[in-house]
Amino acid sequence: MITKRTNTPAMVLLILGLSTIIFPLYLTIVIAFKQPSEMTNSISGILSLPKVWSLNNFREAMEVTNFWNSLGNSLLITLVTVGLSIAVHSLMGYALGRNKAHSKFYSFVYLFIVSGMFVPFAILMMPLAKQTAEMGLANWVGVVLLYVVFYMPMNVLLYSGYLVNIPMALEEAAKVDGASTWRTYWKIIFPIMRPMHATVAVLTALSVWNDVMTPLVIMAGSEQNTLPLAQLNFQSQFGTNYNLAFASYLLSLIPILIFYIICQKQILNGVVNGAVK
Amino acid sequence: MKNERKRTFLLITIPILALFVCFNTIPLIRGVIYSFTNFKGFGSYDWVGFRNYIDLFSDVRVGKSYLFTFKLAIASTIVVNVISLLLALALNSKIRAKSFFRGAYFLPNILGALVVGYIFNYFFTYILPAVADMIGIEALSSSILSNPGAAWIAIMIVCAWQAIAMNTIIYISGLQTVPEDVYEAGGLDGATGWKQFKYLTFPLIIPFFSINMVLCVKNFLMVFDQIMALTKGGPAQSTESISYLIYNNGMSGGQFGFQSANAVVFFIVIVVVSVAQMKFSGKKEEQL
Repeated sequence: MITKRTNTPAMVLLILGLSTIIFPLYLTIVIAFKQPSEMTNSISGILSLPKVWSLNNFREAMEVTNFWNSLGNSLLITLVTVGLSIAVHSLMGYALGRNKAHSKFYSFVYLFIVSGMFVPFAILMMPLAKQTAEMGLANWVGVVLLYVVFYMPMNVLLYSGYLVNIPMALEEAAKVDGASTWRTYWKIIFPIMRPMHATVAVLTALSVWNDVMTPLVIMAGSEQNTLPLAQLNFQSQFGTNYNLAFASYLLSLIPILIFYIICQKQILNGVVNGAVK
Repeated sequence: MKNERKRTFLLITIPILALFVCFNTIPLIRGVIYSFTNFKGFGSYDWVGFRNYIDLFSDVRVGKSYLFTFKLAIASTIVVNVISLLLALALNSKIRAKSFFRGAYFLPNILGALVVGYIFNYFFTYILPAVADMIGIEALSSSILSNPGAAWIAIMIVCAWQAIAMNTIIYISGLQTVPEDVYEAGGLDGATGWKQFKYLTFPLIIPFFSINMVLCVKNFLMVFDQIMALTKGGPAQSTESISYLIYNNGMSGGQFGFQSANAVVFFIVIVVVSVAQMKFSGKKEEQL
């Protein structure tokens, strides 16, 4: 058991598996860089490396899909949603977590919100499209508000679960010093919940960044796109120019790939914490 | 002092609860109300009682979408869990470059499902048929996305490609909770290989198995992006998931009221499946 032998069958399985992950990405990269004239009908024509590594497809794709605008919208929506989720959901998790054991009202509110997890978007989508339009929220602000509501059940569950580990004694000590509950929360409890903030930020950011349905239903009339929505809306304009289409796909994948390479550890921890708790 | 604390908690809870009610509870209730009308999405409408619900059960297209969605969810859940468990065992064994492999295997999960779908769309339409032609497999020489009997398999592959990443990570964290001495003690009793897995490892990671089952089934029942990118419900409406049908016919097909009834039924189905799964896995864990 102590000897450092590697497990050969496992290694073979993993390398085989890895090729199924790398192949689609390789495909995307080579097609994105090629010119349509290089795409002969044979497999080798599609899969060979491009003759020239030119950025022309990317330049054109950026223009066609208004890339910088969509990227800006995606960033704006994701950052505001994550910020609001951390602030609002942790507060709600605190209020409910500290009171649900001894108060009927708070335990009802807790169950009411957490059971929102079972509500599929499909049933909310049509009424919400109407409601946001009536309220003048058929834009990115409406999308952010909806996200804050959709992710509330999960995040409140996570925060109030984490709160169990934070002793009441800390708050009582602050109270003796004369600090208000509000102040105690922001000065003492909020900083202690930092590991949970990281989990919530990762889970919320990944779901929001890749979500198609909510912006599709809510922002349809606003002529604004998020990155995934731009791919959907401009799909027909690419026509049979797959090189242009793939350049656009690759562009839309690059931001999240960079984020993953930088924060891989935090992302893996966040995802596991979120699922297991 | 005590009152100050109480008041602060109320001042936190009430506005946030109001926001939740406004964008979750009210639209839910409105959805249920619309399901009893013949609303087209615009103009005036009348009450039709349970008409929509009665029609729902005799509607062939709706029935087909339920069959397709459940077929996809069940098949994907099995495929994903078997492969994830194998990969997790491999990734947790003594191998080189462990953290590189773990990082690489999670990659599909962070990519947007829509764009992944488009990439695979190209793969199924052009690459797979060309490869099949080359090695002479006739069955695959035309795109499986245009084959009404087989398009669902392509969708399952794309769903699985992304879901495996997530489930593998959860299984790995499960395997890491199994202490090394369990294996050592088991080894003395002759538990190795398959026996070791069946009698030692698997029972100890059942909670993680439950998490993965619940995650998988719920996500696959709500499948939407992959359908949008791969088939748009075709060919011959053979791959319309429930969410896709509600979106397509409810938002732009003039069936707002009818699809609201469909959504209400779908909601009930999701609740029943989730509660049943939790009851079932709760019982299994108790037995241990």
